[in-house]
Amino acid sequence: MKIEERPKVEKLLTNPVKRNHQFDTVEVKVSPPWKDAVKQLRKNRFAVAGFIIIVFFVFLGLLAPLLTPYSYEEQNLANRLLAPSADHWFGTDDLGRDIFTRIAYGARISLQVGLFAVSGALVFGTILGIVAGYFGRWIDTIISRTFDMLLAFPSILLAIAVVAILGASLENALIAIAIINIPVFGRLVRSRVISLREEEYIMAAKAQGMKNGRILLHHILPNSMAPIIVQSTLGFGTAILDAAALGFLGLGAQPPMPEWGKMLADSRNFIQLAPWTLIAPGISIMLVVLGFNLIGDGLRDAIDPKMKS
Amino acid sequence: MLIPVLIGMTIVTFAIVHFIPGNPAQVILGETATEAAVEELEERMGLNKPYAVQYGLYVKGLLQGDLGTSLKTKTEIASEIWPFMAGTIELSLFAMLFAVIIGVNAGIISAWKQNSWFDFLAMIFALVGVSVPIFWLALMEQWIFAQELGWFPAYGRQSSRDTMEAITHLYVLDSILHLDFGRTITTLKHLVLPSIALGTIPMAIIARMTRSSMLEVMKSDYIRTVRAKGSGEFLVVYKHALKNAVIPILTVMGLQMGVLLGGAILTETIFSWPGIGRYIYDAINYRDYPVIQSGILIVAFMFVMINLLVDVLYTYVDPRIKY
Repeated sequence: MKIEERPKVEKLLTNPVKRNHQFDTVEVKVSPPWKDAVKQLRKNRFAVAGFIIIVFFVFLGLLAPLLTPYSYEEQNLANRLLAPSADHWFGTDDLGRDIFTRIAYGARISLQVGLFAVSGALVFGTILGIVAGYFGRWIDTIISRTFDMLLAFPSILLAIAVVAILGASLENALIAIAIINIPVFGRLVRSRVISLREEEYIMAAKAQGMKNGRILLHHILPNSMAPIIVQSTLGFGTAILDAAALGFLGLGAQPPMPEWGKMLADSRNFIQLAPWTLIAPGISIMLVVLGFNLIGDGLRDAIDPKMKS
Repeated sequence: MLIPVLIGMTIVTFAIVHFIPGNPAQVILGETATEAAVEELEERMGLNKPYAVQYGLYVKGLLQGDLGTSLKTKTEIASEIWPFMAGTIELSLFAMLFAVIIGVNAGIISAWKQNSWFDFLAMIFALVGVSVPIFWLALMEQWIFAQELGWFPAYGRQSSRDTMEAITHLYVLDSILHLDFGRTITTLKHLVLPSIALGTIPMAIIARMTRSSMLEVMKSDYIRTVRAKGSGEFLVVYKHALKNAVIPILTVMGLQMGVLLGGAILTETIFSWPGIGRYIYDAINYRDYPVIQSGILIVAFMFVMINLLVDVLYTYVDPRIKY
């Protein structure tokens, strides 16, 4: 970026005749803000650990068919409840299925749940938040009150309510989790938009005759990104946790899907006989959620120092 | 603020029954139900009237304390719900107590001895605590501390062979009222595992919040002044600093009550705890929609009331806040 150096005032005063002189230019290096954020994030050891955990599970899910010779759904009752061994790293469950295989395929489900639930909530929450914050007045009142109403419910309870309406399935659990997260994103974006709305550069854009849509898309949205990115990462973790909870209650994924929460519910009765059936799925859920939380916290510190809690 | 939220809550719970895709009465009774039975249920629940009328009747009923009738037990929900509510209240209170005592103190010590090994361990523990699925934690507790070690009972609120005549249905209180202190101990023993499972996430969040809030306060000028006056470090931290750090902690506590009430459904299912979460869970399996509806409404109502209470507490803790 080039910054023009202004002629010094004294110079102008002492030498009033020489007005049309050449402006000197000075090179100033300014790195884009995201580069700084990445740099800071890489220095944060917790965030790096979180990143490694998530990459591990992504690969586990993607490479599942290559990593294991077993099927996640084929039952083999001769191999019921085998303890961990070289053949079955995490043992087998009550239907003789290899637990490692189910964990690997389960990673696909959990990561997909996180992705779809968060994207859904993100898109609708952002749109509603921007509309409420930018246009204000009665639109804001209606949207904000709806958010208040949804946030008045403990989130997992609201998810249960939605699934009770739609019927128990993984897709409906996903929809439910997306719905309960809409107000979280919506409120965040709204408050950000309200503070941006009064900024001078927005007024300048308005004064230049820029249309609302363009202002929203080119100025407000890019400047609201930081908290949205942080919330999305943290939201990923909660979405996975909620999906597992719904699965555990029998309101999410249905058999024979290897969803981790459902696996825990199915193995509950064998806790004393075969505790390994419960250890691997529980630790997997915990690690993935921990991974997203670590990245989210790191991102918050890196992108937006003001949001540091 | 409160009234629109309450109205909104009733709309959501109303929707639970009425927005079931297809014919709600058919869904409730199952596919094998006869047409006559479906029609009878529609008539009884008023499902054949327009939505606006149905909603009006629903709210009118609620205002008169009518929470509907359970399809399973055929009794009025309003008359059978209190013991379950008491179960959840008792569990949530003890879980919160656990979360606050451990969380606040861990946070304070972490801030006090910033960057020490205690701080490091406590914060790692808090990070893991926020990420752990509580139903898994509950199962692990049950396995290790109840089944393997036998320290605490794994199920229920009291021993099923030796039940007590309930007064308030808050069993700890009841046993004290009966002056039966042996029973108080057993009741408390039943509370240990579920309270820890339920209280872990709030504990972790409270610890982190307390730490950051305390760190901020400890840097302020008045703390330096108190130190300069020669006050002991313990008094500086627990008397002077904590007082000003408490507002954000209180906010988090209020919000965490929602997590507790939501988490109750999972914890209660695992520990066979006869609370409102378990009541709702059983109702879901039985498709007892009136119970699902009223159960969720009651929990949400409790949550709203707790947040109101927190708002009132603010003014008490910090006289600068006025409404």
